[in-house]
Amino acid sequence: MKKILSGNEAVARGAWEAGVSFASAYPGTPSTEILETIVKEYPDIHAEWTPNEKVALEVAVGASYTGARALAIMKHVGVNVAADPLMTLPYTLVRGGIVLISADDPELFSSQNEQDNRHYARFAKIALLEPSSSQEAKDFTREAFRISEEYGTPVMVRTTTRISHSMGIVELGDVQPQKAPTLERHPAEWVMLPANARRRHPVIEERVVALRKLAEATPMNRMVMSGTDLGIISSGVAYQYAKEAFPEASFLKLGMPYPFPGELVRAFASKVKELWVVEELDPFMEEMVRALGIPCHGKDRMPLCGELNPDIIRAAVSGETALKTAQPALPGRPPSMCPGCPHRSMLYALRRNKCFIAGDIGCYTLGFLPPLDAIDTCLCMGAGINHAHGMSKVFGPGGQKLAAVIGDSTFYHSGITGLLNLAYNNGAAVIVILDNRTTAMTGAQNHPGTGVTIEGDRTTDIDLEGLVRSLGIQWVRTVNPYEVKNTRAVVKEALETKGPAVIISKAPCVLLKTGFLPGKPLKVDQETCTGCKVCIGLGCPALEFRDEKAHINEVCVGCNVCAELCPAGAIGGDV
Amino acid sequence: MNVLMTGVGGQGIILASDVLSEIMMRYGCDVKKSEIHGMAQRGGSVMSHVRFAPQVSSPLIPYGACDILLSFEELETARYMSYLNENTRVIVNRFRLAPPTVMSGKEPYPDITSILREKTANVHLVDGSALAAELGNPRGVNVVLLGMLSTFLDPPESLWIETIGDMLPARIREANIEAFKRGARLRMQ
Repeated sequence: MKKILSGNEAVARGAWEAGVSFASAYPGTPSTEILETIVKEYPDIHAEWTPNEKVALEVAVGASYTGARALAIMKHVGVNVAADPLMTLPYTLVRGGIVLISADDPELFSSQNEQDNRHYARFAKIALLEPSSSQEAKDFTREAFRISEEYGTPVMVRTTTRISHSMGIVELGDVQPQKAPTLERHPAEWVMLPANARRRHPVIEERVVALRKLAEATPMNRMVMSGTDLGIISSGVAYQYAKEAFPEASFLKLGMPYPFPGELVRAFASKVKELWVVEELDPFMEEMVRALGIPCHGKDRMPLCGELNPDIIRAAVSGETALKTAQPALPGRPPSMCPGCPHRSMLYALRRNKCFIAGDIGCYTLGFLPPLDAIDTCLCMGAGINHAHGMSKVFGPGGQKLAAVIGDSTFYHSGITGLLNLAYNNGAAVIVILDNRTTAMTGAQNHPGTGVTIEGDRTTDIDLEGLVRSLGIQWVRTVNPYEVKNTRAVVKEALETKGPAVIISKAPCVLLKTGFLPGKPLKVDQETCTGCKVCIGLGCPALEFRDEKAHINEVCVGCNVCAELCPAGAIGGDV
Repeated sequence: MNVLMTGVGGQGIILASDVLSEIMMRYGCDVKKSEIHGMAQRGGSVMSHVRFAPQVSSPLIPYGACDILLSFEELETARYMSYLNENTRVIVNRFRLAPPTVMSGKEPYPDITSILREKTANVHLVDGSALAAELGNPRGVNVVLLGMLSTFLDPPESLWIETIGDMLPARIREANIEAFKRGARLRMQ
């Protein structure tokens, strides 16, 4: 049976066909839909959102220790968070297959960097599979579990945004039964004390040799011979682009690029006159080709940054300039916070109090854009609290006004330890937890603060204020950010306290059913409006300014924040 | 055949490109489709590449290789000129959503017809949004535009109607079929 699936849906299908029992993830573009598909389509797999990617990998490892097959899913930067367990995991004994999906984001469609996670597979010395289509995303995920158990290795399947979010026709396969869990003890292989780990390290090195033999023979790595003038080694979606650009070339398509199949590469190189390595981001394969002493072209002519496409490849290989017609300059559509978003008024209150605002990862990072201009840093999940703390210690008591904002999901992900540090080391910063009751940026996923699991079950509901107090923060206030004047007053008071202070800005995301009840669009009384632009400073998509007056368009949901701010009292519901 | 669909978040472009992909698979083609989701849903530009042929490699349309550009919003039509050639057929839905800088009065909404006509003479301006509103469901503009698109592609009307019936909510099935058929007639105008 054939079906059109996205790469993410295909990975979910492949896991199901492989008889996976357990899947865990933290949401992150472009990986999010994998676990969502599992919950929707394959309910016999236990699925869970975990607070962060380290937890996701560790719970999956625990599940696999029973002999069941387990999948951990994350975006590329999530693997950084999970890197601690990942680097020691290869030392331990594999019972049930354990597979890590790393969804990379070349071109940074929705990420803070475009790191190339293929390096992690080499770093951890584990097998790396790289699908180039939805069909391969399914087949390789399934194959990853077989390799994991046969070779006793964790396996990384690396996708990119163009694989995860592109759709293609997939021939579906049969479904293997799930494996029944059994409790066994393997202390010598699971307790990584120095004495045990020292004995396990050679196992990894021997395994890499065995996996290299697999890479030389697997049909995932194959030559597609055509003309002999041009030979291209490629993997992932870059293979499809290269094939589009040079249908007459010969290809060595590497679906398993690590451990690197050197003999296969040598054989291929000997058959072609000019050899190219075409890959997105880093020269991962190219450096291994060069290490074999085989001359080739690659990043000497191909960009290191951003995603590739057929035109970039054609231009680089043929030495022509890319066919790119002049694109007229057009007004852009930068993403913005939604009309009625509760983050807007809180960021406005902080900016009006003239403090430095360390930021974090979430919708509120969009507060960086003018006219709000209210985010001063964004590094990685959980960093904002720590930025503010570090700055406060250097400035000392009575120094600068410092604040940090962090979303609820991000706070549970990696903000808790930072806040603990702020309390422990008595930093003087105001931490605002933007508690909108969801993981909004990735499309509204549940998390430990929402009281509901991905499978829809009610679960324990975190008392956020109690949690903050238990970390040692004494100054804690909860505010409704739609009450603009009160919010500004609370921010001012917090900035005047000497030690750590936390404001919980509590209002559900407007996109949630439980969120702000949309009202009718407000109106601006054109007679009363003085054209002062105070409301325009909110950066709300519902507010327009023309003919020296403010206007409200139909996307307004009636949150009333601009009406409360308007010095002339020109905005209201029935003006 | 390479079809590019463009517009803004919330216009049902992704669903329209899903429907087109399914129809072409049922018609016997290899199909690939690529789009970016994520931040686009917050009022941003949306673009979906749909490619179908006996065999498709790249999910992205090469520059200059777009056969049909189906645009749901006027300004967005002109954002991807590098994909067009002098024979590209451009279908533009008459609908304008002012971007932030236009809204705040910093720049005017551009005249896109002159930009397009420099590239191709094959431009159809259609009142898809107005027709969808007239039919009582403004959100059905994607089905209306699929109707228009169908007149330029090989699959028979029956396959379009069957697939739309299978993929879109059953309770608005009749309304969608009506929207599709009326959309197909837009070509005559």
